[in-house]
Formats: sequence, structure tokens, C-alpha cells
Amino acid sequence: MEFFAQQFINGLTLGSIYGLIAIGYTMVFGIIGMVNFAHGDVFMLSAFIALIFFLILTTWLGMTSVALVFLIVLVLAMVLTSLWGWAVERVAYRPLRGSFRLAPLISAIGVSIFLSNFVQVVQGARNKPVPPLVNDAFVLYRHEDYVVTLSYKQAIIMATTALLLAGFWYLVQKTSFGRAQRACEQDRRMAALLGINVDRTISLTFVLGAALAAVAGTLYLLYYGVVSFSDGFVPGVKAFTAAVLGGIGSLPGAVIGGLIIGLIETFWSAYFSIEYKDVAAFLILIVVLIFKPSGILGRPDVEKV
Amino acid sequence: MAGTATMARTGAGGEAAAIVKDALLHALVTLGLSIPIVSYRTDAGQGTGLVLTSRWGEVAILCAAVFGLRLAQQLFLAGRSRHRAKADPSAPAAVSRASALIAPFTLGIALTLPALAALATGGLSESRYWIDLGILILTYVMLGWGLNIVVGLAGLLDLGYVAFYAVGAYSYALLSTVFGLSFWICLPLAGLFAAAFGVLLGFPVLRLRGDYLAIVTLAFGEIIRLVLINWVDFSGGAAGLSSIPRASFFGIPFTAGEGGFAATFGLDFNPMHRVVFLYYLILALALITNLVTLRMRRLPLGRAWEALREDEIACRSLGINTTMTKLTAFALGAMFAGFAGSFFAVRQGFVSPESFNFLESAIILAIVVLGGMGSQIGVAIAAIAMVGGPELLRNLGFLKAVFGEHFDPNEYRLLLFGLAMVAMMVFRPRGLIAEREPSVRLGAAR
Amino acid sequence: MSLATAAGRLAIVEGGPPPAASGPPDDPILIVDHLTMRFGGLTAVNDLSFKVGRGDITALIGPNGAGKTTVFNCITGFYKPSEGMIRLCQAGGETYLLERLPGHDVNRIARVARTFQNIRLFPRMTVLENLLVAMHKPLMQASGFSLAGILGLAGYRNAQAAAIEKARAWLDRIDLTARADDDAGDLPYGDQRRLEIARAMCTDPVLLCLDEPAAGLNPKESSELNRLLRQIRDEHGTTVLLIEHDMSVVMQISDRIVVLDYGLKIADGTPDAIRTDTRVIAAYLGVDDSEVEAVEAEVGLTGTQA
Repeated sequence: MEFFAQQFINGLTLGSIYGLIAIGYTMVFGIIGMVNFAHGDVFMLSAFIALIFFLILTTWLGMTSVALVFLIVLVLAMVLTSLWGWAVERVAYRPLRGSFRLAPLISAIGVSIFLSNFVQVVQGARNKPVPPLVNDAFVLYRHEDYVVTLSYKQAIIMATTALLLAGFWYLVQKTSFGRAQRACEQDRRMAALLGINVDRTISLTFVLGAALAAVAGTLYLLYYGVVSFSDGFVPGVKAFTAAVLGGIGSLPGAVIGGLIIGLIETFWSAYFSIEYKDVAAFLILIVVLIFKPSGILGRPDVEKV
Repeated sequence: MAGTATMARTGAGGEAAAIVKDALLHALVTLGLSIPIVSYRTDAGQGTGLVLTSRWGEVAILCAAVFGLRLAQQLFLAGRSRHRAKADPSAPAAVSRASALIAPFTLGIALTLPALAALATGGLSESRYWIDLGILILTYVMLGWGLNIVVGLAGLLDLGYVAFYAVGAYSYALLSTVFGLSFWICLPLAGLFAAAFGVLLGFPVLRLRGDYLAIVTLAFGEIIRLVLINWVDFSGGAAGLSSIPRASFFGIPFTAGEGGFAATFGLDFNPMHRVVFLYYLILALALITNLVTLRMRRLPLGRAWEALREDEIACRSLGINTTMTKLTAFALGAMFAGFAGSFFAVRQGFVSPESFNFLESAIILAIVVLGGMGSQIGVAIAAIAMVGGPELLRNLGFLKAVFGEHFDPNEYRLLLFGLAMVAMMVFRPRGLIAEREPSVRLGAAR
Repeated sequence: MSLATAAGRLAIVEGGPPPAASGPPDDPILIVDHLTMRFGGLTAVNDLSFKVGRGDITALIGPNGAGKTTVFNCITGFYKPSEGMIRLCQAGGETYLLERLPGHDVNRIARVARTFQNIRLFPRMTVLENLLVAMHKPLMQASGFSLAGILGLAGYRNAQAAAIEKARAWLDRIDLTARADDDAGDLPYGDQRRLEIARAMCTDPVLLCLDEPAAGLNPKESSELNRLLRQIRDEHGTTVLLIEHDMSVVMQISDRIVVLDYGLKIADGTPDAIRTDTRVIAAYLGVDDSEVEAVEAEVGLTGTQA
């Protein structure tokens, strides 16, 4: 039971990170109907950006306040990753609207290959470790010699995720950008006729997705304390699985899907086999796409004849 | 871009200013993107921590390069739009005439490469590098042609193609080491196994829409790789399988002693005999792939593949069983990957899961995409350029002189692959060779 | 023209009771029985029943959004109806329940062909290739599912030559022989429409369903289309069911008309009966039945012109 509770906490932490990345997939899919294959690599890139700023702040500027460092790193990573998200859309996806069906996906695969190898070229192929920022943990429950803990790291991750999701939710539901975005999802041409700047709305969608990926990247770095250029692929696929599982196009679905994938992966590793934990995620992806492509909260799409 | 519209309205001076401003903007964005990922490099320090090094010089060069390139591009575009009236209508015809010559020329080179290399380097043993490179390129040509059936003809994006390559390689490795079967029995079996895997995977997933299919094939490819890594009893795990029997000349081994290839044919023993044999083996396999594909295009099934790529719904309304039709394309593509895989195993004498990761699938896909989906000669040229190109660059001394001693073009190979894929989709979505030869002509049938 | 429709026409001439009472076709090729199609909460087609007479040209008309294309999609196997039965009776007596057949078997086995509202050719294949794809089934058998074909056996070569001859006959008929080797996507719009019909005919259908074949055609092309459709009915004995908004086409060539509004059938009869039907006029003018006469007088419309 204690073991279960501990795994549950670990799973939720991991799931928060997947959920944040999944939102980027689901938003982009919702608005332009493409699988942004490069999103996982944007996430990886953001972790590198966070890593470098963390080093600058701690080793060069000698800052010691953990909260301040974390906050500055988070904001800088979000801003600079957003710029990447914007640039990628502008260069690699926007010219392809109206091209053939698979063109955006192929282009996205190109971006993905480019980003991971770009990071490898400019930062090297080795794992990049950072010293742990926080080590303490809340002891939630103690039973004989088994303790259930919630580490500060995990608390920070869950709190940050919850806070940012709330803000994000407000943005999409209550602001004019959110309305424009939902209008573009329904019917892009009609939205344009009504005076919505479709290009800008799509750009902003990519920017937001990248910003949330940057949050995930920063938290990932905080949690695991290490990142490498190839770390975008597997979390990317898992977050995409989360988006599909939750129902692609649905924002709450992405978060729920992320949490479910995080929990499944953690329990699978804990109770079955750690070697096959990635196989679990891939299997879920295949099974969901085959049997329920609309996911938990998605709308079924009727084939247009 | 929004800039072009404003440019048209302003005068020549305004135009120049707008171009410079646009280029500056691009440089500025590049600067933003370079922070901090290019401007600071992280390296392992003495202890456990990382050390930062600034590289603002490189950032400046990068921004200047982007500025210059954008400026040149805009000036070129502006110049071309002024001369648009004088566009050369004969250009496409010239391209197709050139590509008609390229095919026999390339084939000629391919058929005589070992002799050419031996002559150029002054001996069979000295030419080993070139023949090995030829084998490598031809393997990718064959894989590209195989994938071209799936992606180029049938329009199915398969991101897990390398899984079938792996099935072929492990089929040969296991059949030959465990059951002692010879390469010539294993080769067709490997193809059949790979095709069976294709059917097994394809049956449930080929109903999915294009991009979902791509993701599912990717997941399948990864699962195969992870199983190969973790199922140690079966596949040898991450360490792979080694001491796989080498190829023989239809039963005659390439050994030095009595009964070996050299002795049987009265030649002096030379380890290069086997390499040359492997070269012609992969050349033959690749040509068979090509021949079958060209033949299939002229058959109803091949035409149905292309129709499927064009419009699946129309196909269904014409009574074509789309699932079965996709399945045949998938299985045939998988079979050729299986052949290529068993060739890979017999050549290396060693297989491990790391040879079959997603990147490999992506490289093969890039070759197909760059070659122009559906064009056989385009795929061959793309394979030569993408696989052979970086190899050749590595040997060019002056690049080292310019970029420093540690410069290795291979590092940039994948980066360029990625960029080229994007550029291709943006500028020439139908590939370098976009021309499509009709499978049948009314004129010819008359 | 079938006896039933002739009788229906007679009734009008004799001044008998008009509209829908002109009697169903007595040798129907297609029987749509209590067809209902729902999308989530929306009922696009509601309890629709009608029959299509063998050898007739039947038009399915109705205002935009009436559910006509949904009916087509149900008949041709693209949608599975929520309720109801769609029976196809071939001349030989074989009967197929179309809603139970897998999509492609509606064409392959039951021999129902269709065209699409937004033309669906294979744009990057040539005109001739488009027609050959439609002959997939016989060619596939002749090529021994590609095995004989890949070896280049004579049987397949003969079959292919025959298929090309058939395609050429259709190209001659639709006047596209000269463009046989051009990409279908490069044809002008009107030619694409005709090619799509010829392609559907190459599958040797007993029932041809056309979704707005005259949309976007100029008057000359429309009258050519009329001629083509009559030819298809008279020379090939293919029954035609079409959706059309162009009343000049509908009234001139239809033997029978079924009118839909909001997924319900509001009338079913000969062209003459339909053009005087008050419910049809009301549906097209968008008013209640009782106001029809007043509105007709207002716009100067009498019962004889529609």
C-alpha cells in the first residue's frame, strides 16, 4: 500500500510533465490538423536553454536563492522557446498550408531531425548533468520502515503545472485570443472572413505550445537533473500518446491523458518490468489509435465524402 | 511574405530599404534563437559540474550569414520577378531529357564500379574504400526503392520501415546461426518473414488516416527495437548477434584454402573477392527491387496504389478494396526491406538493435522524399547524394583547413538531412524529379 | 421509360388528382426502406422510403441541407445508416442489402457506381489511367493478382488491350480522346465532370448515382450532359439516380423525381406532378403550405412553371 502510494505520487509528477507537452500537440492538431512531430524536440531544446541559464545564474552570477533562480530560468526558457516555436511554424509549416496531405508531417519530421542534431552539434552528444537544486522531501506517511514522501521537487512540479494550467485555461476560455483560436478550429476560412487574423492565431498557438513545452523542459531538468540531445523523442511520443488517449483536440483531455500515461508508466515499471516501460506507452498508442481514435474526451470525426 | 506586397508599391529605393530591413529582421531572429543555445557551450568540467564557454563570435558569424543569405535571396527574387516575362518554358523538358540520360549513365557506373575503382586506385585491394562505399550507397538505394513503393506509390507514410529491415537481418542471423541454413535459403525466407510482419502490422492499422498511420508505424518500429534489446535469450539483447556466417559464392566459400572461391576459379586468393561479390549481390537485389516496382506500376495493382495515393474515397467508390490494396504495398515494401536486412547481416557478420533505430527510418524516408516520391531515379540520386556526399566531404582536406582540425562533415549530415526535408516540402514538394511517367499511353497502344 | 411513370403522366393529362400519388415503380432496382441517418443529435435523413425504377432516370432534389448527399452516401456504402434498409435488385434476381456490404463491395459486387459533388478524380494520373483504375476488378483477375502480370503473360496483355479499347470508346463518347495522356487534374472543369461519369461507367454499373453532375456547367455543357445521361440509360440500360439543383436538367431528363426537405420525403412522382406540388413549391420558397398561393401570385409564378 505504501509502495503503491509512493508510485502514485511519482506517476502524477511524471504525468504532469507529459500533460504539459501534450497540450502543445493537441492545440496544434486542433487548429491546423497536423501532428507537430518536432514538438518533443522543442521540449528537449527548452531543457537545454533552462540548463544553460541555470549554470549562468548559479556559477557565474552566484545566485543562491533557489526560488529566484527557478523563476528566472523558467521565464527565460519560456520566452526563448516560444521564439523557437514561432520560428519553426513560420519557416517550416506556414508555407505548406494547401500543400499535399502529408507535407506538414514530413516537414515536421525534418524539423525534428534538425533540432536534435542541431543541439548535438552546438552542445555536444554527452549527457548534461546539473547538481540537484532541492533535495528535501515532505514525509507524508510513515509505517514501520516504509515512508511515503513527496519531494520538494515533486511538489514544485505539481504546483507549477497546476498554476500554469489554470492561467492557460483562463487564456483559452476567457480571452479574445481563446475565442479566435476556437473559431479557427471550427472553420478557418469563416474565421478569416469574420476578421480574425488566422495567421497570427496559429502563430500564437505554436508560441503557447512551445511555452508550455518549456515549462515541461525546465521541470524535467529539475526532476531528473540531466538532459541530452536525444531526450526529445521518447517523451515526445509519450506526450503525443497522452494527447491521443485524452482525445486529440481536447485540452483537458491532454492533461488527463498525460496523467494516465505517467501513472501507467510508473506502475508498469514498478510492478512489471522497467525494461519494457516504453513498450507500454507505444502499445497504448497503437491500441488507442486502432480502437478509439477519438480518445477519452475527443469528438469522433466523420469522414467527409 | 507580407514584405513582397509592400515592396511592390514603393519605389526602387524603398524596395532596397525594405529588403535590408527584412534581412536585418531575420538576423535579429537568428540572434534570439542563438541565445543561449549557441552563445554558450556546456562542457564537462574537472569535477561533476559543467563549465560554460561563451561563443558570441560564432553567433555573430551565424547572424551575418543569415543576413547575407536572406539579402541575396530577396535580391534574387526581386530580380527574377522583374524578368518573369522572360521565363524559360523549355526548362522542364530539359530536366526530363537530362534525367533520361542520367539513368543509363548511373547504371553504367554502378555496373562497372569495382573495375573503375580498381583502375583509379591502382589495385583491387586499394579500391576497398570505394567498393564499400558503393555497397553502403546501394543498400540505401534499395531501401529507398522499397520504401518508395509504400510512400511514393501508395502514399502511405511509414515511419517504422526499419523494423522490416531488422526482421530481415535477424531472420538471417538466427536462421543461419541456429539452424545452419545457407544465405541463399535464408534470403527468400527473410523477405517472407518481413512481408508477414508487414501484413501482421498492416492489417489492423491501414484503416487509419495518414498521419495516425505514420505514428503507429513509428511506434511499431520502436517496439520491435525495444523487444530486440530486452529479449536477450532470443536476440542477444543490446549486444546483438555476432559470428553470423559470411556469404559464399553460391556454396563456394571465399576462403584461401582448397575448395575456396579463388582456388576453384584458378585465381590468387584475395579477400576483395568477397567484397566485390557483395557489391554485385546488393546491386542485383536493388535492381530487382527496381524492376519489380516498375513492372508493378503498369499492373492494375500498382495503378490502384497510385490511385489510392491520389484519392482513397474515389478508389472505394470504384470497387477497390483499399485495405487489401494498401496491405499489398505494405507487404511488398516490407519484403524488400527484409531482403536488404539479410544482406546487411551477411555483410556485417554482426547485427545489433542499434542499427535499427528511428533515425534510420527517418534517413530512408528523407531519401524517398528528396528523390521525389514515386521517382525511381530520383531516389537513387538522393541516396547517392545523402549517403555518399558526406563521406566524400570528409576527405576534402580544405574543409579542415577552413573549419579546423576537428571538423567532421558527418556530424552535420543529419542536420542537413532535416533541413533538406523541410526545404523540399517548402520549395519542391514533389521532389527533385517531379515528372511522372504515365503507366500507359493511348498513343502507344494504338 | 417504365409503365408506371407513363401511367403517372397520363393521370396528370387527364386532370386526375396530382402529386405524389403517381404510384411507385413496379420493377424497382433500388428500394430505400425507412432510411434514417443521425449524426450525434442531428437527424440528417428521417425515415425515408422511395424506389428507383429499373431503367429510369430518377432525380433526388431538395433545398440545400435537405440530406440528399447523405442519402447517396448511405446508398453507396460510405455511411452506415442508423436505421433502415437499402435493397438493390439486379435484373438476374440477385438482391443485395447495400447497408450491410463493406464500402467497396457496393461497387464491386452490387455494381452501384457514383460520382462526387466535389469531383474526385485522380488528378496526377492521366485521363486514360483514371479509366483503367475503374476496371480494376477484371484487370486484377486477368493479371492473376499481379503474378501473371509481373511475368508478362499473354492473357493479361490481351485483357489490358481490351480495357484500353473500352476506355477509348468512352473517351470518344465524352470527346476526350485527344487528351487521354494528359493529367486528369489539368482538364477544364466541365471535362472533369464528364470524365468522372465515364470513369464510373467503366465499372459496368447497374445503378449510377450522380451527385450534382451539372453543377458549374454552362448551358451548352448542361445539354451535352443531358444527352450523355440519356445515352447511358438507353444504350447501356444503366439506371441513373441523380442529385441536381439545375432544374433544366432535372425536368428535361428525369422520369421520376423524389423531393426531400429537412431529411423527410415531401413528394415523389413524375416531373409534371412535382412541378405543381404545393409542398414542393413551399419547401423551395421557404414558406408554409397555406401561404403558397399568396406567395406564388406575388412572385408571378403559376402552377405550370417552376
